[in-house]
Amino acid sequence: MSLATDIGKTAIPAVRFPSRLKLRRPKLDAVAPFLVPVGLIVLWQIASSLGLIGNRLMPAPSQVLSAGWEKLISGELAANIGVSGLRAISGLLVGGSISFLLGLANGLSRTSFTLTDTTLQMIRTVPNLALIPLVILWFGIGEEAKLFLTSLGVFFPIYLNTLHGVRTVDPQLVEMGQVYGMRGWTLFRRVILPSALPSIFVGLRFALGIMWLTLIVAETLSANSGIGHMAMEAREFMLTDVVVLALVIYALLGKLADIAVRLLERATLSWHPAFQAVTRS
Amino acid sequence: MSQIIEGPRRTNVWGKDIEPDYLEPRTRAKGLRSGGHAISVRGLEKSFGDVRVLRGIDLEIPAGQFLAVVGKSGCGKSTLLRLLTGLDEPTAGEFAFSDAGGKPVPPNSRIVFQEPRLLPWEHVLDNVTVGLGRGVKSGAVREQARAALAEVQLTEKADEWPGRLSGGQRQRVALARALVSQPDFLALDEPLGALDALTRITMQALVDRVWREQGFTALFVTHDVGEAVALADRVIVLDQGKIALDITVAVSRPRERGTAEAAGIERRLLAAIFGS
Repeated sequence: MSLATDIGKTAIPAVRFPSRLKLRRPKLDAVAPFLVPVGLIVLWQIASSLGLIGNRLMPAPSQVLSAGWEKLISGELAANIGVSGLRAISGLLVGGSISFLLGLANGLSRTSFTLTDTTLQMIRTVPNLALIPLVILWFGIGEEAKLFLTSLGVFFPIYLNTLHGVRTVDPQLVEMGQVYGMRGWTLFRRVILPSALPSIFVGLRFALGIMWLTLIVAETLSANSGIGHMAMEAREFMLTDVVVLALVIYALLGKLADIAVRLLERATLSWHPAFQAVTRS
Repeated sequence: MSQIIEGPRRTNVWGKDIEPDYLEPRTRAKGLRSGGHAISVRGLEKSFGDVRVLRGIDLEIPAGQFLAVVGKSGCGKSTLLRLLTGLDEPTAGEFAFSDAGGKPVPPNSRIVFQEPRLLPWEHVLDNVTVGLGRGVKSGAVREQARAALAEVQLTEKADEWPGRLSGGQRQRVALARALVSQPDFLALDEPLGALDALTRITMQALVDRVWREQGFTALFVTHDVGEAVALADRVIVLDQGKIALDITVAVSRPRERGTAEAAGIERRLLAAIFGS
């Protein structure tokens, strides 16, 4: 590896492509991922305008846009996004922190693992959405229901991956740390946690996906605010443009969450070979 | 022979780092150190279940001696090292450390493993500060770590990730980490075993140089008889958990490679190892 990168550092510049090409490349890389979605929207708009797609069932992008604008002006959109976002984040915080701590505890302590892991694995096999009838009976359609479901949804990806990360710490590094006098918190902070971090991030990404999924279902079934509620209300009045608007917003929020994790990864995993190409170029 | 001593980093025509030569000490022994700890080992035994790995080792290691331990795989040489550094508990027997004057002292030992075992998520300099214990990052700690890095001629890599270093460079960082606390006893467990043949030769010269500069007692476990003869004052052969041969290598330093004298000693060691 070091041979290749060292050569790349010094030998390549002499034979590099003309600077015109070199300058254009990063721009293309930034734009390319959006070519397909934008192209599809353009095609969709054209098909709608030509009347190939019926407006009643599938609105044109321009209609979705104007619906979005209306909701934005009225403040309804911001309020609903705010409510949904708050639900998502609080679910992630509650479920995520409990599962993270349990994952750490079970990875570090044999006793804790023996006592709790089997129970958790049994609960894991129950799809969390199957609990909706019960949850509605318990909590009604209040915030507790949504918090409970999203917390449960994010719980297992984070728990499993944290546990896996802690258990796969290189025992040679742990021994080295102990030889050099690291104990308890220092050993955890300098050896175990950084080593488990890539795995924890994998769990976090899975959790974010499940977080939105759970929230959407919970909001569509039982809520009086939020994006899901907005979509359900629009269905009753056959406002397909608002329904599609809700979908678009979910897609954007999901992408936003993914970007946030990526930035977090880049900030904390810059040592990792997989992230070095990004930081260097 | 010693055309390039300074100029800490040399690169080949491709710009790739290559190991610098360590033919002469950059600074001759400064006499700062008292000369390491003497170790007295009596009746040391270690069993894993029914397997008796060490069957009664008696050994006097004078302060500042460079002792190499050779032997076949499973002869107990790494076990001896792990016992003396406190990584494992002996089944029977004891050992004690004393200073050059014979006064008992608490152990002040460090280990270099076969693998560098660097923390990939800490920069090279921070990895060296691990050797000072108590992850305090005060100015003095970093200053000492820089000095240790200079000792192994890696100053310019202080802010690199370990993942970007070559195998030899990583092992040099591991050596700096072990040396930064100025140990009185340094145990090296086949530290050069994973390196290529040419890097090994320059690394041997580095180990020889830092040992002469710092004057610690060294326990060097290796399966390479030639390496043992090139570096050590004294070589012991372990066979089935006992000392089969204990010889002094009275060749003056710096040592030349491939002399008839060294070859003679190597032959005796190999004969003892293979029991002919």
